[in-house]
Amino acid sequence: MIITKQLKKSFGDHEVLKGIDQHIRQGEKVVVIGPSGSGKSTFLRCLNLLEEPTGGEVWFEGVNITDEKNDINLLRQKMGMVFQQFNLFPHLSVMENIPLAPMKLKKTAKEAAEARAMELLKRIGLEEKATAYPNQLSGGQKQRIAIVRALAMDPDVMLFDEPTSALDPEMVGEVLELMRELAREGMTMVVVTHEMGFAREVANRVLFIDEGIVKEENPPEEFFSHPKDPRLQEFLSKVL
Amino acid sequence: MNTIMDTLRGIYESFYNAIVPEQRYMAYIDGLKVTLVISLFAVLLGVVIGVIVAVIKVCSGHTKNVIVHVLGKICNVYITVIRGTPLMVQLLIIYNLIFTSRDTNPILVGTVCFGINSGAYVAEIVRAGINAVDIGQMEAGRSLGFNWLRTMWYIILPQAIKNILPALGNEFIVLVKETSVASVIAVNDLTKNAQYIGSRTWDLIPPLLIAAAIYLVIVMVLSRLLGILERRLAKGDHH
Repeated sequence: MIITKQLKKSFGDHEVLKGIDQHIRQGEKVVVIGPSGSGKSTFLRCLNLLEEPTGGEVWFEGVNITDEKNDINLLRQKMGMVFQQFNLFPHLSVMENIPLAPMKLKKTAKEAAEARAMELLKRIGLEEKATAYPNQLSGGQKQRIAIVRALAMDPDVMLFDEPTSALDPEMVGEVLELMRELAREGMTMVVVTHEMGFAREVANRVLFIDEGIVKEENPPEEFFSHPKDPRLQEFLSKVL
Repeated sequence: MNTIMDTLRGIYESFYNAIVPEQRYMAYIDGLKVTLVISLFAVLLGVVIGVIVAVIKVCSGHTKNVIVHVLGKICNVYITVIRGTPLMVQLLIIYNLIFTSRDTNPILVGTVCFGINSGAYVAEIVRAGINAVDIGQMEAGRSLGFNWLRTMWYIILPQAIKNILPALGNEFIVLVKETSVASVIAVNDLTKNAQYIGSRTWDLIPPLLIAAAIYLVIVMVLSRLLGILERRLAKGDHH
């Protein structure tokens, strides 16, 4: 579904990604971990070109999205993204945040888009927050609404950029639970996170990115029980 | 005692002559109308120019598109020239150089000139307002599939307005006062009419004081209205 070929990204002289080859398959849940500054977020943001790669290619559903001839805006409609800082639109209510993109981009009728938004809100048990504004919500509520805002576009893949890192500890659970549910339903997911429990439980494959390359990748069982790369061993000894 | 009374009577007569005979008060009202018309349309033109220039400038910092880059450079030149030269000189140049035909409407010239002038200042205000919106908002909009311009329109600008409005109000107030310069191109605005009355009564100070008082009242009223508007916006502020 997503293929990266020798993906490289530099900021000025600083080379953050030094050539990453990955193939993320339909329905796969890939969790990316690594020390801060390792390039894991940059890798994720390159997948929908929020960061423009300085080398290599990214293919999505058979289309080379790094080729400027292809309309990235259209392709991004199929790639939902969830941010560390939620990034709900503060000037719009919850019920305006969720249907905005379907209405404006897919020309979904207002009633249909709002009905779908309500359905999504019910699913996460926040239907009574429909008229609330983002500042009236807790962090956990904001992030869950940010997730369903992305889901409202019916994406084929969901990208999560440290979705629980800005949350108070007691709110991490509700967001992870929603992500687990998505995983169970078969959503293709790429998740950058520090939640090792989530990685162990949900991932099909865990990547360890360090110094701009994938140092190790394995199914979680193998990845956590028998890490081979010395940097990974050191990293896991600190976080587990 | 008598001298004080005489002085007071003299002042009273001066002001009386500056207002009442020959329906001179109408000259202030007509002048005020011209001043307000120029200010209003100039500020509208200024906002339109300012928003477009600001959006082009912000966009040119984020794209490789050559056309946008060229437009960005043009906008930079516009802002530099307009902010770097005196308003009165701009007014005289535009009036004498561009609008040379006999039936030129000086009010229109004044409006266009003040609008172009104001646009440069508004552009910087709008640009600062846009830049103050969290970068994550643009990323969220783009990640949903909105292109740059539509993210700007639906997501960034509505949030930037709150940052922009107070400074924009100040710009409007400055503009109202600056329109007094329009008298140099034969626009019969408040200032010009006050001078005209002074020349009729051989007593320049009273009509100018009256004009000054009228400007002051306009500015005070505007400040008040802006204050109310800002509070309204703050109430709707859900940050």
